[in-house]
Amino acid sequence: MANLKTVSKKSKAQSMGMHTEVLTGRTQQKFFNPDEAENFYYFGTYDVDFNKRTELDVKDMTAPEANKEIDNLMSQGYGTIVIKNPQGKHSLGVGILNKLNLIFEGSLGYFGMGSCDGPIVRINGRVGWSCAENLMAGKVVIEKNAGSCFGAAIRGGDLICKGSVGARTGIDMKGGTIIIGGDAGAFTGFMMQRGRIIILGDVGINLGDSMYDGTIFVGGEIGSYGSDAVDSELTSSDQDWLKRKLKVAEIGENFDVSKMKKIVAGKKLWNYDNLEPTEKKGAI
Amino acid sequence: MCGIAGLIHRGKSSNVGSELQGMLQALKHRGEDSTGYALYGDTDGKNFIMRFKVGENVGEGSSSVMEDVSVYDERKKIVDETLAEMGAKVVKEERTLPYSLRYEIDYDTKDLLDFSQRIESIPGVEILSMGKSLEVIKDLGNAKMVCDRYSLDKVVGTHAIGHARMATESGVDIKSAHPFWGYPFSDVSVVHNGQLTNYWNNRRVLENKGMRFMSECDSELIAVYIAEKMRHGATLEEGMKESLTGLDGVFTYFVATKDSLGMAKDTMAAKPLVLYESDDLVAMGSEEIAIRSVLPQEIDTYDPFDGEVKVWQI
Repeated sequence: MANLKTVSKKSKAQSMGMHTEVLTGRTQQKFFNPDEAENFYYFGTYDVDFNKRTELDVKDMTAPEANKEIDNLMSQGYGTIVIKNPQGKHSLGVGILNKLNLIFEGSLGYFGMGSCDGPIVRINGRVGWSCAENLMAGKVVIEKNAGSCFGAAIRGGDLICKGSVGARTGIDMKGGTIIIGGDAGAFTGFMMQRGRIIILGDVGINLGDSMYDGTIFVGGEIGSYGSDAVDSELTSSDQDWLKRKLKVAEIGENFDVSKMKKIVAGKKLWNYDNLEPTEKKGAI
Repeated sequence: MCGIAGLIHRGKSSNVGSELQGMLQALKHRGEDSTGYALYGDTDGKNFIMRFKVGENVGEGSSSVMEDVSVYDERKKIVDETLAEMGAKVVKEERTLPYSLRYEIDYDTKDLLDFSQRIESIPGVEILSMGKSLEVIKDLGNAKMVCDRYSLDKVVGTHAIGHARMATESGVDIKSAHPFWGYPFSDVSVVHNGQLTNYWNNRRVLENKGMRFMSECDSELIAVYIAEKMRHGATLEEGMKESLTGLDGVFTYFVATKDSLGMAKDTMAAKPLVLYESDDLVAMGSEEIAIRSVLPQEIDTYDPFDGEVKVWQI
């Protein structure tokens, strides 16, 4: 584990290996200030009680109707909602922006749990393409398999699939963690920019193709490496983190993480600097 | 976008017409310019079933030119005369629509190339399918509209594949609709979701080898490509595996023969496919909701990986 107190040049996140690039220039990031918490309001959120539980059968509902009803239940303070008969419907559970225990008793179609920020979700079936796309925070656990583009462009949170996933898992991801209990398809980590992917099984061709940053850990065989994806040393802090993460994810608790491969960006493809195009023109 | 669906019952027959209609209707948001069915029905296997058209559907949304119905009658008459000349006896004749016909033919041949070439040399006539159990039915509109128009909901058989089409690179007409018959092979049909980028190069090569194309739809290439491989002795599975490198672009496609059903997915896995497999049924489609229309209970499904080819027998 890195000694955060003695590391002066790196940020905490960098010391923990979450990313390696050194950001310079202006930032628009606004940090949360607890003193201003009283005035803080996150549009579309509700105060819910996790002990207040209800069930919702969506068999005869369209996806917009089901999502609207979930929103309605949250507005009534329900903090634990069990969805019955999702039957592979698309776009279920999208846009939930507050803490919530959400349980799907069945499978979801495309775009399930997209653009969410905060809910804890358990899906007792399978999910289709683009599950949890743009996830900001929270935890989504899938008990069976997942389709392609799993966790596309997620910014944060934990996305866990206990089965196997399709192609382009974690494409364009900018943070967060994706954990796969089984195998993953081609182009896993394609153009990822930050965050971490853990695959306990095998992974297909072009792993980490054109990745900017972030880390991929693979337990099984790798079909082939993509452009600019290279091996890196698996450190003891990596192993500590992997063990902790797998335990929290409830998969691979006895998995030998010391044999995992660590893949990062070679950064040979980087083709940008701190200058905007107009500034670059002036510099030339 | 387009949606494809298919199912195969192993060891038994079922109401595949109704089942496929449900699957394709669930995918209608992926395209409803046209819908097509390739149904492998229970037959005695004695006679050939020829589905053919003598004109196009010129209804709403069609890109075809209006023709007088008398032209259809004239073309049918020439087909009848040509069949008689070849010694092919029409045992049963059905004319569901003015432009769409179904013949049961008593004809003893193993080479359908010469037969097909003679029939299709008649201007405006296209064989949609030829086989002893295969029937390809395709027309404009969504799955339910086509099913109702041709009374397909009562067809009993072992397997079927189908296609809901959003026309992108060729016309809204029957000739560009899927499934495509694997001309000139009896009982071979193909549906495809995706886009082939070396269509013209492959088409020129195949035409020089004597293969025929009826449309400018890139998906037709798959049927012709595999048919050409089989013509030179390859098995269905071998032909499909060769297609992974011979065809360029993004694709997921199904091929069916009289006793098997296969799927292939390109090496980039760019097109979706969800698959359910059990001892007595395999069902697959572009989206899980297609499978849910025949299996509403909780089931285990998965996405085949990139470059995967699978073939199942009845």
